[in-house]
Amino acid sequence: MSRRRVVITGIGAVSPFGAGVECLWEHLVAGDSAVRVIPKMTHLGGLRSSVAATVPDIDVSIIPRKKRRFMSPMSMYSCLAALEAIQMSDLSEGQVKDRMTGLCLASTTGSSAESEAFFSELNQTGSIENVKSTMFFKTMNHSCAANTAQALGIRGRIVSPSAACASGTLAVGLAYETIAAGHQDIMFCGGADEHHILATAVFDIMHAASCDFNSEPQQTPRPFDVHRDGVVCAEGAGVLILEEWGHAKKRNANILAEVTGFATLSSPEDLANPDSQTMIECMNGAMAQAGISNAEVDYVNAHATATIQGDIAEAQAIRAVFGKQAPVSSLKGHIGHTMAASGALELVACIQMMHYDKLIPTRNLETPDPECDGITFVRSVQEVPSRTVLKNSFALGGINSTIVIRRE
Amino acid sequence: MTEAEVIKIINDSMVEEFELDPEAMVPEAQLVNDLEMDSLDFVDLVIVLQNAFDVKLRDDPNVREIRTLGDLHTLILNKKKQLEAEELK
Repeated sequence: MSRRRVVITGIGAVSPFGAGVECLWEHLVAGDSAVRVIPKMTHLGGLRSSVAATVPDIDVSIIPRKKRRFMSPMSMYSCLAALEAIQMSDLSEGQVKDRMTGLCLASTTGSSAESEAFFSELNQTGSIENVKSTMFFKTMNHSCAANTAQALGIRGRIVSPSAACASGTLAVGLAYETIAAGHQDIMFCGGADEHHILATAVFDIMHAASCDFNSEPQQTPRPFDVHRDGVVCAEGAGVLILEEWGHAKKRNANILAEVTGFATLSSPEDLANPDSQTMIECMNGAMAQAGISNAEVDYVNAHATATIQGDIAEAQAIRAVFGKQAPVSSLKGHIGHTMAASGALELVACIQMMHYDKLIPTRNLETPDPECDGITFVRSVQEVPSRTVLKNSFALGGINSTIVIRRE
Repeated sequence: MTEAEVIKIINDSMVEEFELDPEAMVPEAQLVNDLEMDSLDFVDLVIVLQNAFDVKLRDDPNVREIRTLGDLHTLILNKKKQLEAEELK
């Protein structure tokens, strides 16, 4: 079956640096860290990690109150990112509201803070009398997708594929397939999440959260570094507008890149531990669909969250596929792990790298772990044009996703 | 608490909760047509006022009869009077 070509015509971001793609880009180029100590995390029994990368106060008043009242922060982030993407893509209101425009947006969960507030109220008062009418809409699993679609006026298909840390990449991949198959002409896609101590606690319980840098938070996370000690949880949103190539050409849209390959594979051997072989097959699958060889990939944007096992597994997989041929970096050192947002937010950064002919290094990678040896790390901002980029996202639950994009 | 104080608390609470224009908070303002409140806002309005005045409104049939901000002021003032009268007994 022939596939329709799919291009990216708009991007939007809310990152731990603030709102906007340019804000994210400027801080990445500057080598900044968004990781901070979160005061309320410093005195919780058993929680050893006190650091996270959270979104600073941003103006959300552009979202009308009657839409915003149903939104927890993650939906506000994705809505703002989508509005930025619309502006960049120059889509008309009619095009956004067309039945052939859909949305595929993911978060790892509904709002944990809202769930916590509901059960706290219930435990304290034994009553639901003071629970507001909008609570449920913030806790439902597809809160982010539904809220963003409502705010934008989306009238095509809505999909909310929750897949932990691979959610964002999976959402972009599914949106790509939706357009390629002819079901929609335009898809808003990506992911969003809001930080809650639950996320950090989950990793800390598994000894996979960064705990040794609470006194110097900007030194963590440290992807691929020998002194890495785990994930730093973060929040934000990345939204891309995908569009059928002919549709974009017809309206003279500015094409940022083309999505040429996507693969997602499960590794059922272990729910919590990564599997290099599946990662290899996932990268090879995405390249095969793109019709390219490994020699044609100019840059690999790694998932690399700075866990001991995950980084080794991914480095081994990248080594097997690319050897030292393709430069590799992870953006988690700058912005932490933005969970469901990470795949899309980091893809947005990749598009910026292509646009500005720069490669962003892995922040905090000072001494590469010998077990991650055999691949080429980007160690400083490099003035290098990249035409084809491969992006990985690997999640708890054995979900592996890879996307290949190419500059026109 | 004086009537003026009660009315001020009602208006201020609504301005904050529903992001209303303080200038629009006149007694004759229609909650639906002028202040653009809907059925879910009414649910949350009841919670806000219950917390502000420590009164029970959720199952009060009079709430359904409210059309204007003035109607709401009257309802809360009457509720408060009822409460004060019961406390005196």
